[in-house]
Amino acid sequence: MTDVPSKHAGPVGGTPAVQMCGITKRFGSLVANDSVDLEVYKGEVLALLGENGSGKTTLMDALCGLYFPDAGQILIDGKPVTITSPKDAFDYGIGMIHQHFKLVDVFTMVENVVLGLDQPGKLDLKAAADKITQIADTYGFDVDPYQKVYDMSVSQKQTAEILKLLYRGADILILDEPTAVLTPQEADKLFAVLRNMRDDGKAIIIITHKLREVLDISDRVAILRKGRHVADLVTKQTNEQEMTDLMVGHKVHLNIDRPLPVDPKPRIEVHGLTVKSADGLTKLDDVSFAAKSGEVLGIAGISGSGQKELLEAIAGLQPVASGSITYIGDDGKREELVGKSPRDIASLGVALSFVPEDRLGMGLVANMDITDNMMLRSYRVGSSPFADRKPPRQLAEKVVEELDVQTSGISDPVRRMSGGNVQKVLVGREISSSPTVLLTAYAVRGLDINTSYTIYDLINEQKKRGVAVVYVGEDLDVLIALADRILVLCDGKVSGIVDGRTADKNKVGMMMTELHEEGGANDGAEH
Amino acid sequence: MFDITSFIQRAIVQSIPLLFGCTGETITEKSGNLNLGLPGVMYIGAISAVIGSFFYEQSLPDPSAINPALAVLIPLVCCVIGSLLMGLLYCFLTVTLRANQNVTGLAMTTFGVGVGNFFGGSLISLTGSDIPSLSLSASSGIIGQTLPFADSLGDFGKVFFSYGFLAYTAIIIAIIASYVLNRTRVGLQLRAVGEDPATADAAGIDITRYKYVATCIGCVIAGLGGLYYVMDYSKGIWSNDAFGDRGWLALALVIFTLWRPAVGIPSSILFGGLYILYLFIPTGTDLSVKELYKMLPYVVTIVVLIVTSMRNKRESQPPASLGLPYFREDR
Amino acid sequence: MAQSTKTPLIRISKRPAVPTKTKALVYAAAILLALVVCGLVTTLMTGLDPIAVYATMINGAFGTTRRIWVLLQDMAMLLCVSLALAPAFRMKFWNLGGEGQVLMGCFACASCMLLLGDSLPNAALILVSLVASVVAGAVWGLVPAFFKARFNTNETLFTLMMNYVATQIVAYFVILWENPKGSGKIGMINQSSQAGWLPVIADSKYLLNIIVVAAITVLMYVYMRYSKHGFELAVVGESVDTARYAGINTSRVIVRTMLLSGAVCGIAGFLLVAGTNHTLTTTVSGGLGFTAVMVAWLAKFNPFGMIASSFLIVFMECGASEISTTFSLNQSFSDILTGIILFFIIGSEFFITYQLHFRGQTKAAQEATAGKEA
Repeated sequence: MTDVPSKHAGPVGGTPAVQMCGITKRFGSLVANDSVDLEVYKGEVLALLGENGSGKTTLMDALCGLYFPDAGQILIDGKPVTITSPKDAFDYGIGMIHQHFKLVDVFTMVENVVLGLDQPGKLDLKAAADKITQIADTYGFDVDPYQKVYDMSVSQKQTAEILKLLYRGADILILDEPTAVLTPQEADKLFAVLRNMRDDGKAIIIITHKLREVLDISDRVAILRKGRHVADLVTKQTNEQEMTDLMVGHKVHLNIDRPLPVDPKPRIEVHGLTVKSADGLTKLDDVSFAAKSGEVLGIAGISGSGQKELLEAIAGLQPVASGSITYIGDDGKREELVGKSPRDIASLGVALSFVPEDRLGMGLVANMDITDNMMLRSYRVGSSPFADRKPPRQLAEKVVEELDVQTSGISDPVRRMSGGNVQKVLVGREISSSPTVLLTAYAVRGLDINTSYTIYDLINEQKKRGVAVVYVGEDLDVLIALADRILVLCDGKVSGIVDGRTADKNKVGMMMTELHEEGGANDGAEH
Repeated sequence: MFDITSFIQRAIVQSIPLLFGCTGETITEKSGNLNLGLPGVMYIGAISAVIGSFFYEQSLPDPSAINPALAVLIPLVCCVIGSLLMGLLYCFLTVTLRANQNVTGLAMTTFGVGVGNFFGGSLISLTGSDIPSLSLSASSGIIGQTLPFADSLGDFGKVFFSYGFLAYTAIIIAIIASYVLNRTRVGLQLRAVGEDPATADAAGIDITRYKYVATCIGCVIAGLGGLYYVMDYSKGIWSNDAFGDRGWLALALVIFTLWRPAVGIPSSILFGGLYILYLFIPTGTDLSVKELYKMLPYVVTIVVLIVTSMRNKRESQPPASLGLPYFREDR
Repeated sequence: MAQSTKTPLIRISKRPAVPTKTKALVYAAAILLALVVCGLVTTLMTGLDPIAVYATMINGAFGTTRRIWVLLQDMAMLLCVSLALAPAFRMKFWNLGGEGQVLMGCFACASCMLLLGDSLPNAALILVSLVASVVAGAVWGLVPAFFKARFNTNETLFTLMMNYVATQIVAYFVILWENPKGSGKIGMINQSSQAGWLPVIADSKYLLNIIVVAAITVLMYVYMRYSKHGFELAVVGESVDTARYAGINTSRVIVRTMLLSGAVCGIAGFLLVAGTNHTLTTTVSGGLGFTAVMVAWLAKFNPFGMIASSFLIVFMECGASEISTTFSLNQSFSDILTGIILFFIIGSEFFITYQLHFRGQTKAAQEATAGKEA
């Protein structure tokens, strides 16, 4: 922890810069924000803390004009306002930096900054660049205003976004998980700048689920859980344990079956797996573990900790920088999977099923019907140049019937079905091929309770068949109730592997946010 | 004997319709609209001018009574209106109704070439002439008027001053377009619309307005190319299909210049030169080789297209959203 | 953003799903409207009463047995090129190079007939011409596909440019082989021996072409609907990520599909030269490659749908050409009418994909429409 600001500590008196009262936002039957009250003062950093899906981003989207809340009122400097577009928000001095940057790639920083500004007179990029440099100097950014966006690193792009807001005179800044894409060093630099801006009287809201960052940068912390504002704390009067408890809540008793693994044997052995993203960031760092037959291995971690890369690397969809992934068959035969395409893997006789996170963008073809989607991974069967649609049609009928898929017919494009039914189709297809390994990513995201239980049952059924199931999840209650062992990822590293039956939710939560080098790592890591 | 002066002079004359088309299409494409209706637009520009001029000349008791101002203005205004209507049609279909740009463009080319040849043919039959062409020499003489001192300056005058005012207009428009695109706020925002409409939208730029205005201005400029071709280059003589593939050549030129209007000036002269090179190459009796020379502009364009995609340099790529419709809720 | 005070006058949103019946209704309305406008335009030009306009058009298309044959032949050729483009478009590869691919097919066929006309027996000559045409068309499709797969070169512009390269190649050879010398034309190839000409069956030189294209229609439908290749190219067209997930080699599918697309264009070229025209000019393909883009797109790349859309276009052409002849108008009149029809159908797509919400339309009304659509 760094210096605690003396004059800015704790809730500042006077009128809040922003006051949100009773904000409610529903998406269909899902209540994303349930009567949330929130305020932020000038000259403070407020951390908005919560798990994935707790409604942090939705709340901030309402503030910056992307969503209009169903109920509630927003006050700026004590005056009620209506914000219906990002432009309105700009006019009130509110600026938000999203995780996906809004920058034109082939433009320079200065061109991006002045874009859309309605200033009279000649376009004077030189003057704008000077002003940018001046702002940057004020807050301690190091920038080249004439650098093209496509030449920028992620952190430079983020800087460009921040400068864009400051240039427009924003004094309420919202940053959505700003460190998710940064290296620790870059994050430190960002925090230094944020402190400067705070000292300059700006109100700053930072959305995060990293406790260390909360302690490091914020003056106050507001905690959301399942769409509700559950706590409002002064940062220096709280600690990680308290925040974790508030963030994850008390253990919810879920009635999910967890049969004992029968004769677990290593099926997939991962050793020293390192994966880098296209722009060179390390996504997985020296990851080692074993997934065993007849067992559900849960993967816990904050979103973007490397879960996607891990599954895709095993499925042959992700280039691997180093390390090995070994498949061990029932007969003990070992096959190396690194460097092989999904087709190569299948032709080795490895029955590997994968339920990806992006159901309609990767797992299924949105514009095709259930039958055609059923044969997406199996259409090559046989030497005939024609695809035999009879088995997939039968399979489609079977899946529709057994999983109770609500659809007007198997020749209906899957994009017309609801999320739960889409997922049933996808899972139904993946388990139909009698896999020996089943990889699932966020298999119940966005699904209602009943469908979620259908999916849990299907997973357990596979487990009983002796399949090695890898279950990437975001709800810790579910992971603890469903998984036999839980591998916790933190920033692409294995923070530890714990036994699902004895795991403590808060401890897992802590492991997700910081590396536990000493304890925990031994709990189930033995092969 | 290769007559360099006359070659350059004729290359420049050839280049002007291409330059108009290229500048217009570049402005259009910078907004993200790929207007394959360009050949149709240029046809419409030409025939509109012809129709205006024709009826003006018909209304005169005798050709010597022609009013120089009207002789210029009437075809000019008709040309602008005709090509503007084509621009509006394209925008209405692709921007407002979000129709596929390729299909709309090709339909516009069919339509535009059809309209050109239809009215051209009809006017020809109205004159009762037995040759299949229409001559508006009186108007054309005024529009194609060269600078008076051109002849007194020898080769220099021939290369630089022997053109009608539209030729100089084309060069000036290209320079202005280049300046506006690269140096002004409007140009910056237009480029943002073509590159990344979602970002431009988030920055508060009216995507629809930019697309409409850019495409319509682009079509009007391209239409002027048709006007130049018929009233200056062909001395006011309209014959069906004579305009040929110049519209497609202008489209090729846009790629060749990598979407830079100022580069269009020398490039169009180069294309014009390649287009007529066969007339100057001594091929003896072998006429067929000349046809291969005509292929050069297209081959060169293909090479440019391949090389830029191989080098993958960001500045040389087409506007990123070229050809794609924009619908905010798709974000 | 749906807020009562700031709702814009007209708001556009995507429709969830449209029953086939609604689609058919929208198209029918668009075609009907287009025909009315075409009738009006014609009336304006000719002073003829609208009913007579349509009567003349129908007469132009179906008036005599010969006209019906010409209609069918034109339709067959247009359909053939459209069929060639369909798989490429389904893969979201904008092959605007049909014109050049057909022309190269024509060129290959004509050169075989000219160069081998005396040395090969007729059946062998026809076979060699066919193979040469197919290869020439396929090569012309392969070039842009290779660069698309390898370097992601923009295929729309590339294929467009390839058309004119093909045109100039043909122009070169037309002059090289001109007959008689100085005419600038090749003239009928093998006029006396008829070597390399496709046989005339049932007294119609068009029938064989029509049969061949009918067969290609069925084959293409089967290929796209039932074959593994057809499935793969559809997946690539829908989502490259999904294709990767399913283990499909995208580059290979692009190259393979464009080979097919070019090859079928080559067949169209073969039919044009060996079947009907027996000569080679730079305009022998007559803009088929471009019209076919619209035909294929209107039918949403369904081979049987393309029968309808190519019929519509050819009917308009034949009808308009009859009007031109009857009223001594210019032949280009048909292009104007075709353009009008296309504009209406292109525009009507909007009402299938999107729906409009007018300000003041109550929520109840919206729900009612939603209920109707469901």
